[in-house]
Amino acid sequence: MSFEQVLDTYKFNEVKDFIFSRSARDVEFALGQEKLNEEDFASLLSPAAEGYMEEMAQKANRITLQRFGKTIKIYAPIYLSNECSNSCIYCGFNRHNEIPRVILTDEQIKREVEIIHNMGIRHVLLVTGEFPAKVGTDYLINSVNLMKDKFSSVCIEVYPMSQEDYELMYKNGVDGLTMFQETYNRAKYAEVHPAGKKRDFGWRLGGPERGAAAGFRTIGMGALMGLEEFRTDQFFLGLHSNYIMRNFWKTHVSLSLPRIRQASGNFKPHEIVNDLNYVQMILAHRLFQHDIGINVSTRETREFRDNLLRLGVTHMSAGSKTEPGGYAKEHDGKQFQVEDTRTVEEFCAMVRANGYDPVLKDWDTYFLNGE
Amino acid sequence: MFKNELVIDGRTFRSRLMVGTGKFPNATIMADAAEASGAEIVTVALRRVDINNPQDDILKQIDPKKYLLLPNTSGARDAEEAVRLARIARAAGCEPWVKLEVTPDPYYLLPDPIETFKAAQILVKEGFKVLPYINADPVLCKRLEEIGTVTVMPLGAPIGSNKGIKTIDNLQIIIEQAKIPVVVDAGIGAPSHAALAIEMGADSVLVNTAIATAKDPVKMALAFKMAVDAAVTARAAGMPGTRDRAEASSPLTGFLRN
Repeated sequence: MSFEQVLDTYKFNEVKDFIFSRSARDVEFALGQEKLNEEDFASLLSPAAEGYMEEMAQKANRITLQRFGKTIKIYAPIYLSNECSNSCIYCGFNRHNEIPRVILTDEQIKREVEIIHNMGIRHVLLVTGEFPAKVGTDYLINSVNLMKDKFSSVCIEVYPMSQEDYELMYKNGVDGLTMFQETYNRAKYAEVHPAGKKRDFGWRLGGPERGAAAGFRTIGMGALMGLEEFRTDQFFLGLHSNYIMRNFWKTHVSLSLPRIRQASGNFKPHEIVNDLNYVQMILAHRLFQHDIGINVSTRETREFRDNLLRLGVTHMSAGSKTEPGGYAKEHDGKQFQVEDTRTVEEFCAMVRANGYDPVLKDWDTYFLNGE
Repeated sequence: MFKNELVIDGRTFRSRLMVGTGKFPNATIMADAAEASGAEIVTVALRRVDINNPQDDILKQIDPKKYLLLPNTSGARDAEEAVRLARIARAAGCEPWVKLEVTPDPYYLLPDPIETFKAAQILVKEGFKVLPYINADPVLCKRLEEIGTVTVMPLGAPIGSNKGIKTIDNLQIIIEQAKIPVVVDAGIGAPSHAALAIEMGADSVLVNTAIATAKDPVKMALAFKMAVDAAVTARAAGMPGTRDRAEASSPLTGFLRN
């Protein structure tokens, strides 16, 4: 049974109502469980759990320390291109936005790689818009080959591919895939993706499954908070990630919890997700899945990220630029505004000052089958 | 609602308890105990019975309308012997279900993971529903699940030892990860052990020695039935766990109030 079939056994609005019907009693019951079921997870995501934040935090902190130790994995994104044929109404790369469009050349990629390598970064995430005519598998494979001797892990966050294409990427040195579903509500998904290939909800939903089947070691997943009622989307994200871990037991999954910040265009979010909401979602995910990775990017502010260190987070990006070529020279073609603008060195110093180890290398391309 | 019924490969059984047929004082007590246990799956060692003779002492006591007769390959020392035994059972008219046991060591009867895996590969290809008896090894469970066994049957303690759920930490991992039913087999020596296995999330338990060697096997079979019923009912009721008390101050989340 594919996850799409699993998802179709639920109704988004019924799940939403269920989450909002949870009481303090349900939350206390869930807090007593060592292993949470779906119902307990819903209780911890609910507004009723807002009064239990410290207890959830203590538990999440203890579980995370036990499973991951005092470590934070550090990575940085490399935006290769912001060309995009989609018109996602919340995204800076929307084809209707008038921003400088760039596809990095070999020389430009090498420059970015050099700079990022000198920053101390060894794990990178390659990001593109959806423009496979020019930025497809050939372009990505070429890009990976330009950098794989500099980095120990190269992951991709690009358009959804077929399993065969994912296999090709894996053979060429890509060890991980990131694919956000944005929202698990089909109707809302159609509304915010009015045109372009990204309209195909099911094709995107199946991306993590195809990637895991293709052999990727790590799969990053997420829903963009603010598009839809966020608690319900996080519930489905929990189920989706759990499905991947259960069905592809050799794959490790991590979650990201992006919330909408200022982007190009005039998109008005469905709702604003505040800091308390954000922390609650992280804690609920940690208590639901003890071994899952939790990733917080530079979309969040430095003060907030410093406070999140001890709350179940395992991966953080640092020194990020979100426009292609931005490490060499900043410009306006950003996907989103970076809030935490510290350098990698400054960020790692803060991590160490808090008693944690910033892990820059935790993998090596030698493991891969490729040449 | 969590019920006292078990679904294996699409087939529903009326109880989460499975029982064995060995070590009973006689075949009549064995049959009465099976009846009292409420079990619907009864396993029989192929080496003990004359599988081609319906008048065999044990076989004639097991009404195929009431029970799934689950032949087991106990005594097999390698994959080849186990496969041969399973084929013989099917040729004799048994349903193509087999409890796969490969136990080369005659003292502790610990299952051989390599030969069990090999035999399972062959039997699954031949269309058997394979229920493999294995050590409580979570990776072996995933490997068997991948090749298509219909359950995994990790042991709680060495077979016949009555020591209870000694492999609890590995069993928890197996239960958490499994997509097929987990049957805790071997080592269950008391009704409380069976209840614990079901409470912690196992789908089913298989009990033989603890019933067969009790002073009153029929009464003990009933005790196991009640224990499994109790654990199933407790799961349906939603068992409360233990909770930490939050500290009065909020060292981790105090920043959210600013």
